[in-house]
Amino acid sequence: MSSQTFGKPDIEHSNPLARTMLKKLDYDQLTNCMRCGFCLPACPTFRETGVEPESPRGRIALMKAVVDGVMEPDQAFEDQMNHCLGCRACEPVCPADVKYGQLIEQTRDAIEDHAKHGAIVSGTRKLFFRGVFPHQNRMKLLGRSLRLYQKSGLQKVARGTGIMKLFPAHMREMEQILPEAASQGVVERIGERYPAKGQRIATVALFRGCIMDVLFADTNVNTVKLLSEAGFDVVIPKTQGCCGALHAHSGEMDQARELARVNVKAFKDAGVDYIVSNAGGCGALLVEYDHLLHEDESWAEDAAWFAKRVVDISTILVDKGRVPAFAEEAAEGAVPEAVAETGAAATITYQDSCHLRNVMKGSTAPRKLMKSVKGAHFCEMRDSDRCCGSAGIYNVTQPEMAGQILEHKMEHANATEAQYLLTSNPGCLLQMKLGIDKHGRGGDMKAMHIVDYLYERIARPGDEA
Amino acid sequence: MAEKALASKLRAIVGDRYYREDMEARVAHSYDGTPMLQALPDGVVYPASTAEVAAVMKVLAEHRVPLVSRGSGSNLCGGTVPLEGGIVMVMHRMNRILEVDLENLTATVQPGLITAEFIAHIESLGLFYPPDPSSMRISTIGGNIAECSGGLRGLKYGTTKDYVIGLEAVLASGEIIRTGGKLMKDVAGYDLTKLLVGSEGTLAIITEATLKLVPPPRAKKTMLAMYRDLYGAARTVSRIIEARIIPATLEFMDNPTIRVVDDFAKLGLPLDMEAILLIEQDGDPEAVERDIALIEEICIAERADRVQVAADREEAERLLTARRSAFTALARLRPTTILEDATVPRSKIADMVLRINEIARKYNVTIATFGHAGDGNLHPTATTDARDHDEVHRVEQAFAEIFEASIELGGTITGEHGVGIVKAPYLEWKVGSAGLDMMKGIKQAFDPHRLLNPGKLFAKETRKRVVLQHE
Repeated sequence: MSSQTFGKPDIEHSNPLARTMLKKLDYDQLTNCMRCGFCLPACPTFRETGVEPESPRGRIALMKAVVDGVMEPDQAFEDQMNHCLGCRACEPVCPADVKYGQLIEQTRDAIEDHAKHGAIVSGTRKLFFRGVFPHQNRMKLLGRSLRLYQKSGLQKVARGTGIMKLFPAHMREMEQILPEAASQGVVERIGERYPAKGQRIATVALFRGCIMDVLFADTNVNTVKLLSEAGFDVVIPKTQGCCGALHAHSGEMDQARELARVNVKAFKDAGVDYIVSNAGGCGALLVEYDHLLHEDESWAEDAAWFAKRVVDISTILVDKGRVPAFAEEAAEGAVPEAVAETGAAATITYQDSCHLRNVMKGSTAPRKLMKSVKGAHFCEMRDSDRCCGSAGIYNVTQPEMAGQILEHKMEHANATEAQYLLTSNPGCLLQMKLGIDKHGRGGDMKAMHIVDYLYERIARPGDEA
Repeated sequence: MAEKALASKLRAIVGDRYYREDMEARVAHSYDGTPMLQALPDGVVYPASTAEVAAVMKVLAEHRVPLVSRGSGSNLCGGTVPLEGGIVMVMHRMNRILEVDLENLTATVQPGLITAEFIAHIESLGLFYPPDPSSMRISTIGGNIAECSGGLRGLKYGTTKDYVIGLEAVLASGEIIRTGGKLMKDVAGYDLTKLLVGSEGTLAIITEATLKLVPPPRAKKTMLAMYRDLYGAARTVSRIIEARIIPATLEFMDNPTIRVVDDFAKLGLPLDMEAILLIEQDGDPEAVERDIALIEEICIAERADRVQVAADREEAERLLTARRSAFTALARLRPTTILEDATVPRSKIADMVLRINEIARKYNVTIATFGHAGDGNLHPTATTDARDHDEVHRVEQAFAEIFEASIELGGTITGEHGVGIVKAPYLEWKVGSAGLDMMKGIKQAFDPHRLLNPGKLFAKETRKRVVLQHE
């Protein structure tokens, strides 16, 4: 190869994946990467391995080599594309503003089109991506089964008999830290509307999420109440569904678009001023619905309407709301899980949600809120802006790399000596719980969603759901 | 792919994991930070020690297979593109700080160490390593040495070459040499240390370096001077030097650069100004105060429209960010950004900037200029699109003429990026044919079989010089 490729190549690929990639990848974005290498230090997998193919620059070079016909996409190529966490820390540091997130999604989409999954993998994928996540009622059912498993004593039995040993180690570890599933989601608990306290500033809609509403339904309820305290009328459109982020990141683009249309319609019909997300991973896809649906002319306008209104809970509180005063100690009986305080000033630290930070650009608001907690000490951990290794279902699909990243993350978290390790995304929260479980200093650190932590500190008695 | 016998010998030296010839490794080491250049190596090797480097080189010498040694591949002259295939040697595993000698104020490091990590460690010990290439968060010390990297502090503190006092290197034959040491004085024979610094991987593979450290300055102050008149800005540079003041940093940005920087970073820069100077002085607090006051006077005397001294570190950081984001901002305009580093004597900065603008107009290309005015090192940056053959051709012609103009003004074709492949056709313009022959003789002595980074520095043909019209 002497080298220079000018313009999208006009070649007939014999390899079917290469053919699909040529069709699906944005060639302008591939060309925009000028290979300066500024992304290297920002990339967690490059930092862990120090190997060029594990960097955004390397991965883009590989994608381009496939599209240009320089190399055939083999299994190693697919593995390398799946090794990316999708944290998008490379995007804010890119001088040329290359949309790496879109390139990796387009590549995974192409790979998915040609995947020959084994029966179990493809069955499981189909079950979750098509059969469960998109259907709120089925998520509820799954939640109820999980709850039954946890409550019936089956969990204890399973752990006691050693049957869990049949599962891979990382699945066992995840099982241990799964929070108690809620039998009721946010709408069942507080209805579809919740009024603002005091003068109304705006009407907002809650994006409740699918996993959030099963595993972290308390957080959804607390989000609504925080919004109400800050002066917002809250609507929770019942017809909304899963955001589609897990689908998009795993290459199930058509399914992701389908879900996007459902959500755009649900929120457009609700006619709200803002759409509030409390999960960085969901929010990052929601703000890009305009891009996701840009080829679909009949939806483009509504998708743009939607994307423009999406905002993270911390950002809307700080930028638009009347931020309530937060006290160091949790109000008594504020939420069932309230932690008893020792009386000493608590130290808080924070793990950024990559998608909230790198895509939604929401890194300052959570910090402002945490610093406004009276008497509590906010201690920034080293590399708080670096991915924790959770990354959607990455910790399930790539346990080795995820484990390595988590171990380093916990070294930094432990060094802060914080009692509270806060996050803004359910995946990160589970990962932090796992981290504390595996590498914690022993019992005195608690991982919480920032919303729950803040809500505990403004809640008044008798306000329970 | 490399022949079987060679591959198995290399695997025996570094282990299976650290010699690769799969397409993933080959593609990912076929480029560096230079636009429009790419070539596949046959294999990639990741040595862990000097002994491994030497053993690898012996095998390659025996098989007559070329080698390109590299760090992070952030250079902008095509210095680490394996033009003739062969083996790429990645130094990332050799990334340790071997020693910081507090009695001699030296540090001994391996080449794969990331520059910013080294600087952070040195500063945590209360010491100072002045070279600060803009790519320091990615680049390695070995890469900095190979290219003799500069940066924003070059004016007062010099560049990488001024801080390398000893080297360990592996020759093309596989033999190991040591040059210099922890010595401030050493005239034993030819200065091979200085010769290897900036030799772009064509003479030897650097495996260890001893670097000079200095005490950090006690105070620092930053200011911004804004001009409606380009000449005024340029004259200020010469006047500051004339007044016997050597600032730590003296940076220049022209109007097109100001516009894109502000559009990108939203700093509220004055868009109606023709040029901005960013000036920083460091040293003892009283001396800094005195220098900054004097510089301010000079700026005003040279009809600066406005002069603004940063009130605190935060404001200073904002100003420095403006300058650092120049490359970033320019890179967003068009897909291909070609950044050069023509350098002229400091007194010729204004002439050079005007020449660049004229040349850009002549070839109908967009060239913004910023750079280290204090040391005469400008970065005329063309924003173009590699897919537009015609425009790229005009950009190439424009740069040839810019290099020509630079030499005519007593300058050089590259101040800090190196010759590599990109400027090889122009090297003779700068050093002359006798100079070039001498350099080739040195190359011959070090590397008779042309195994180390072949195709770099020396072009097959020197470009014909453009005939300039003299006024």
